[in-house]
Amino acid sequence: MHGMINRAIERFVRDTYGRDIWGTVMRRAGLDYSEFEAMLTYDAKVTHDVLSALGSVLDRPQQDILEDIGTYLVSHPKVEALRRLLRFGGPTFTEFLHSLDDLPARARLAVPDLVLPDLELREHGSGHFSAFCRGQTAGWGHVVVGLLRALADDYGALAVLEHKGARGDAEVIDIQLLAVEHASGRRFDLGVGTG
Amino acid sequence: MKMQEGALSDPASVPAGSAAQFAAMMDVLCPMHLMLDAAGRSVHAGPTLMKMFDAAPLIGVPFHDLFELRRPQIGMSVPALMDHAGTKLHLRMRSALQTELKGMLVPLAPGTGPAGGALIDLSFGISVVDSVREYGLTSRDFSATDLTVEMLYLVEAKTAAMDASRSLNQRLQGAMIAAEEKAYTDTLTGLRNRRALDYMLDRLAEAEHDFALIHIDLDYFKSVNDSMGHAAGDHVLREVARIMIEETRSDDTVARVGGDEFVLVLKRLTDRCRVHDIASRLIARLKQPIAFGGRMCHVSASAGSVLSCDHPHPDMTRLMLEADTALYAAKRSGRGCHVAFTADLNQSVDGLMPADGVVERRAAPRSSSSDAEKDVGA
Repeated sequence: MHGMINRAIERFVRDTYGRDIWGTVMRRAGLDYSEFEAMLTYDAKVTHDVLSALGSVLDRPQQDILEDIGTYLVSHPKVEALRRLLRFGGPTFTEFLHSLDDLPARARLAVPDLVLPDLELREHGSGHFSAFCRGQTAGWGHVVVGLLRALADDYGALAVLEHKGARGDAEVIDIQLLAVEHASGRRFDLGVGTG
Repeated sequence: MKMQEGALSDPASVPAGSAAQFAAMMDVLCPMHLMLDAAGRSVHAGPTLMKMFDAAPLIGVPFHDLFELRRPQIGMSVPALMDHAGTKLHLRMRSALQTELKGMLVPLAPGTGPAGGALIDLSFGISVVDSVREYGLTSRDFSATDLTVEMLYLVEAKTAAMDASRSLNQRLQGAMIAAEEKAYTDTLTGLRNRRALDYMLDRLAEAEHDFALIHIDLDYFKSVNDSMGHAAGDHVLREVARIMIEETRSDDTVARVGGDEFVLVLKRLTDRCRVHDIASRLIARLKQPIAFGGRMCHVSASAGSVLSCDHPHPDMTRLMLEADTALYAAKRSGRGCHVAFTADLNQSVDGLMPADGVVERRAAPRSSSSDAEKDVGA
């Protein structure tokens, strides 16, 4: 698993629950280090063990935690860079949804060895969409639910999202847009992130 | 379609078949275009260009008052520009920001604008990142087919990825320096070790820098170790190391190369007398008793030295051997003294050098029991 993903989990835990909890999680996962390097690659088992340990330390269902990680990635000030990169997907939430299929390719453009799950958007009309998420490990769909919910908020769109479970090799996410711009979202200036 | 700030106008809302309709189409496809009449005055500009000029006059102003043509240097008359239709123009806005732009000019076809006029499409060149920020542009200010927004994404993504890489590199470099430092350090005394000395001598040989090399062997160290224990011996070695550091300059090298053997590399020294002074002063200090656990440890030191400048092409193996020979001579003449290598001692060196001139440098630290071999003529 790419270190960026492990690092994201680490930052989520540290920024949400504090360093001590993170230390406990890493020990529970049987790891003798306390930090992940974003630019190194780790065995997939490491990620799996950390998430299991996290579930037992927090005593919460893993899917809830995964959803919170998705939300954290868009809404926490410490990961503003990622929110900005996502917002390049389009000027409205609808256009962002249309760019979902390109998301793994966009990630690869920045970090060539970062493999994200395949995403496929299907349109059913009247603001109703399904996103099909195919990752190497199950559970990615929950991260995507948290991420999209926070992004809808970020754009100022009102959307209802629901994880519909697995269908074949894909996790299916139901997206119902109630209002494209129900409130003013957070500002996004194209040219501020690089100066 | 609702008009928003900076949004593009709708071609369907203007009369069909007119120059106005063509201009409206251009507003959508090329929001940074400019139309000139035959006299070179601007008559229409795309919405993004309008936004960039903001309150500054744009429509009706001659092209050469709006922009400076940097390349090609052809002057800015309409005929000159028309001659360069279809070629890349390097332009700079005559405004406070002096934004650099790329441009391409084509003559206006009949019915699409003023007769004899021209259409210039503009885009940001490599200045795009700064310009988008300076003018507060949004993705709506670019045509959907324009890759500018993707380029901005890429710049930002690469910057973030580079930051992550850089922080990893810094941590790795820190770890590498610590590991190297450890590999080159004698753990007991904190002095350089044999490996560090070999490395240093190789660098000096490569750079052809002059230096003096002093080989020092402690006298009576074995008896301190035997009679007072290893803790006392270790304490003596650390004290000896401290004295050697005090008696040398910061860019000299002091290495512990065996149990009680040390090598000093004194950079830039070419004067035999100075080397003798340094060695003698050092020996005098080492002869002072060293306190340990309420008792006094007595050691002394013998030293042999060699100057790299005595050799036209110093061979490190030979220099080490000559310093060693001089050290033996010091031991033979009663210990506690310094002997500089001279040609008189050469005979014994030539006897020790094999025919092909290659001698393995002693790699393993010599145990303190070798003291006995050295204590010849004691």
